[in-house]
Amino acid sequence: MASIRFDRVTKKFGEFTAVSDLDLEMGDGEFICLLGPSGCGKTTTLRMIAGLETPTSGRVHIGERDVTFMHPKDRRISMVFQDYALYPHMNLADNIAYPLKVRGESETKRHARAREVADVLKIGHLLERMPSQISGGQQQRTSLARALVYPSDVYLFDEPLSNLDAKLRLEARGFLNHLQRDMGMTAVYVTHDQAEAMALATRIAVMDAGKVVQYAPPLEVYRRPATTFVANFVGNPPMNLLPVEAMVADGNVQLKAEGLSAAPLPVSRAAARALDGNTKLTLGVRPEHLTIARGGEENTISGALFANENMGPETLVTLERDDAARFTARIFTDESLALRGTVKLGFASEHVHLFDPGGTRLPMDHESA
Amino acid sequence: MRSFSLLSRSAGAAFLTPAGLLIGAFVIAPFFWVIYVSFTNRTLLGRTAMNPDFVGFANYFSLFDAASFFTRGEFGFSLILTVQFVLLSALAGQAALGMLLAWMLQSVPKSLKRLTEAVVIAAWILPEVVVAFAWFAFLDYENGTLNMIMDALGLPPGDWLLSFPFWVIVVFNTWRGTAFSMMLFNSAFSSIPPSYFQAADVAGATSWQKFRDIGLPLIRGHVVTDLILITMWTFNVFTPFLLTSGGPSYRTEILPIYTYRVAFRDFEFGKGAAVGVIVMLINLVFALFYLWVTRRRAKGVAA
Amino acid sequence: MTRYLNLYFTRIGFSVLTALVGVLFALPLVWFIFAPFNPRAEMGLAIPDPFSLSNFETVFGNRFALRGLWNSLVQSVGGVILVGAGATLASYALSRSPIPGKNVITYILLLFSSVVSGSAAMVPIFLIVNGIGLIDTQIAVILVFAGGLLPTAMFILRDFIDSIPKSYEESAMVAGASPVQAFFDVALPVIRPGIVVVVVWAFVNIWGSFLIPFILLRSSEKMPAAVAIYSFYSEAGTPIVTLLAAYSLLYSLPVIILYLFVSWKFGFRFFGGIKA
Repeated sequence: MASIRFDRVTKKFGEFTAVSDLDLEMGDGEFICLLGPSGCGKTTTLRMIAGLETPTSGRVHIGERDVTFMHPKDRRISMVFQDYALYPHMNLADNIAYPLKVRGESETKRHARAREVADVLKIGHLLERMPSQISGGQQQRTSLARALVYPSDVYLFDEPLSNLDAKLRLEARGFLNHLQRDMGMTAVYVTHDQAEAMALATRIAVMDAGKVVQYAPPLEVYRRPATTFVANFVGNPPMNLLPVEAMVADGNVQLKAEGLSAAPLPVSRAAARALDGNTKLTLGVRPEHLTIARGGEENTISGALFANENMGPETLVTLERDDAARFTARIFTDESLALRGTVKLGFASEHVHLFDPGGTRLPMDHESA
Repeated sequence: MRSFSLLSRSAGAAFLTPAGLLIGAFVIAPFFWVIYVSFTNRTLLGRTAMNPDFVGFANYFSLFDAASFFTRGEFGFSLILTVQFVLLSALAGQAALGMLLAWMLQSVPKSLKRLTEAVVIAAWILPEVVVAFAWFAFLDYENGTLNMIMDALGLPPGDWLLSFPFWVIVVFNTWRGTAFSMMLFNSAFSSIPPSYFQAADVAGATSWQKFRDIGLPLIRGHVVTDLILITMWTFNVFTPFLLTSGGPSYRTEILPIYTYRVAFRDFEFGKGAAVGVIVMLINLVFALFYLWVTRRRAKGVAA
Repeated sequence: MTRYLNLYFTRIGFSVLTALVGVLFALPLVWFIFAPFNPRAEMGLAIPDPFSLSNFETVFGNRFALRGLWNSLVQSVGGVILVGAGATLASYALSRSPIPGKNVITYILLLFSSVVSGSAAMVPIFLIVNGIGLIDTQIAVILVFAGGLLPTAMFILRDFIDSIPKSYEESAMVAGASPVQAFFDVALPVIRPGIVVVVVWAFVNIWGSFLIPFILLRSSEKMPAAVAIYSFYSEAGTPIVTLLAAYSLLYSLPVIILYLFVSWKFGFRFFGGIKA
């Protein structure tokens, strides 16, 4: 096992900059998720650890070794590919044992080891089959087995669950979580699914346009998203964002917007300084922090009912405001809500997020600066 | 190693070398060599075999000599014959018949479709010498299948290879090559979603209307591809030689056969090379047109 | 109602017309189906009575005829090995290595190969082969075919390799394989179906070709079956029809079998696009 370090790494493809001036440290035994939309540079970052791409500038280290220009085969890594890359002309046993074959292990040894790993992954009974004869979930496990069959410093995952259907994905996610707890491997995991990142990671690096926007443990990313981009990306449904006018007076900030009734918010000195002169802010509230207003809430927002979707344990209530912006509340009830016309939603001040015009989050008073 | 790739640049160059040498020696070198030889009086035997003289455009002048240009057995006659051959056997023959067959095959019973395809494709895949020999037997004056049929129909027999040699090679080449157009159009038609035609059926369209309004416009690109390819192939086809040797009295001497006779029967390599250059120029025009069409299509400008 | 009658009659009309065209296409070949099995075959169409394989015995007793088939085999297999190996290596390089301008290379080669046809370039091909002293050798026929077929073979195979995910080789390398190991253990087996198609295509092309061996070979000892058949029916005063019919059928068999093999394995259409 080993740590990984990116030192001012830039990767360009022709004119296009995929990764820009990246500094990143991943600790030994950590499970790092690279999270972001397609084209954000997360896969390129992973492939530079694997050696399948070479940085245009900067250095990459695995442990104490500078691996920037090292061939993939010499890096002591394992990788699970998005399309699994199972060799169609080999049965599962030979597929799983292939890394041992290129290491010169004897046939008996490598098949014994392949069986061992396959048994752990519950595919031991399929070893004689060809990849085309097994299901997608089994193919995924086979490619995982091939990555686990030999000891590696680092385990790399390139969207390994994205080709599975929703149910299998949950199951495989749980299994990966279990595996990580068991082995304590150093892993880097690329995904565009925020739930996967939340469930698996020790730390998440949220990427956008070739840069890391936030690098923090999952709950920190959830509780204090560094930017509106992160706020929008993490959480399902995403955080509600609303442009507001702000006025600072007596260490408090007063928010104003159509249909919004907000209590004065105490802001930190740092935030007040950051606020200085900025009157146009973005207010953020997560759907799960909104309730149907019954009176007495610190803050409320109102709008015309747009949709009312009951999904069993929870109901999504969406309002449409005059400026066509929508506001969604996630109400935890298994009763159907009889709503019509204008609806008022309430939320507590401790759940308010504020972002400056550049989209950067302002530290709130109740948080340590 | 500065930049990772699956195959390094030097290994890639090594991988390309064997193919590169073969193509260089037997495709690219001949291209330039034929241009060079066409400016000499090179022959097979004698002094000019070893030390040919540079004769400038003499070979070209003799090809385009106005006095004999249209005479049988001369270049102009052969060129015009070839154009007629291409127009009749490739465009009017193979493409039209292939289109008709492909369209009809969309709506005939499966077994009839497979049987017809098998026969048409057999004419195309059998070795050229074999089909030429089969046609010899077919056209034989005394006992041939064709005259047998003529007899059964109460028509007079014909000595086809002597009386209508040009029409024989036109029909022969149509018969030989229709399979390609048929298969190309067939796969083009089957790639059109059936719902397009079903919608027309529901609206009460006839087969001709469906062909004109839906089928043909949607496979326009394939038609262009087909026409260019079969024109080029027919322009260069040597197979009629096996049936007629270019005769009788040069009446089926299309350009490839003409080139062969000038170079390998009359041993005038310089003149043969000049014909080769002209044929290659014509090929080049078609090939460039084809590349232009396919690239334009790849960019999504045309259908 | 009339609408469905209309469809119904269209179907019947098309079936009749299709059957008619099919019969017309079959006519020139009907003789060729019976004559090989008729010990008294002439140019006339006749049902063999009795059905006999004696014509094939005649072929197997004719040294010149057998020699022709053997030469066809030598030239086709030789050409196929060069085309298969050369095209596999070259198209793999064109697909996977960072050689600059590789798309342009592919297109220029394709352009050359369609411009330099056998009939346009017969003079320089003869002169080049003559110049390197290979006239009247089988190796000359093999080399000329290999050069002529390689550009198209490379084009077909490159398309095929481009459609194969790079993750096969990448995963092998991450797992510890060298580029050479990844090529032989993983890439080559995955590309094999494409190579089979190219090899079959090249074989059928060389096996059936007449012009190139016709101009490059002189001694009857080296003639492939194509040239042998031509000389049987063009030079001999009256062709020995019995021998020739059976011989032609034997000579056609590999092509027919390969065609059936490819259409069984890859479907009709695939073969359609690649015979040129």
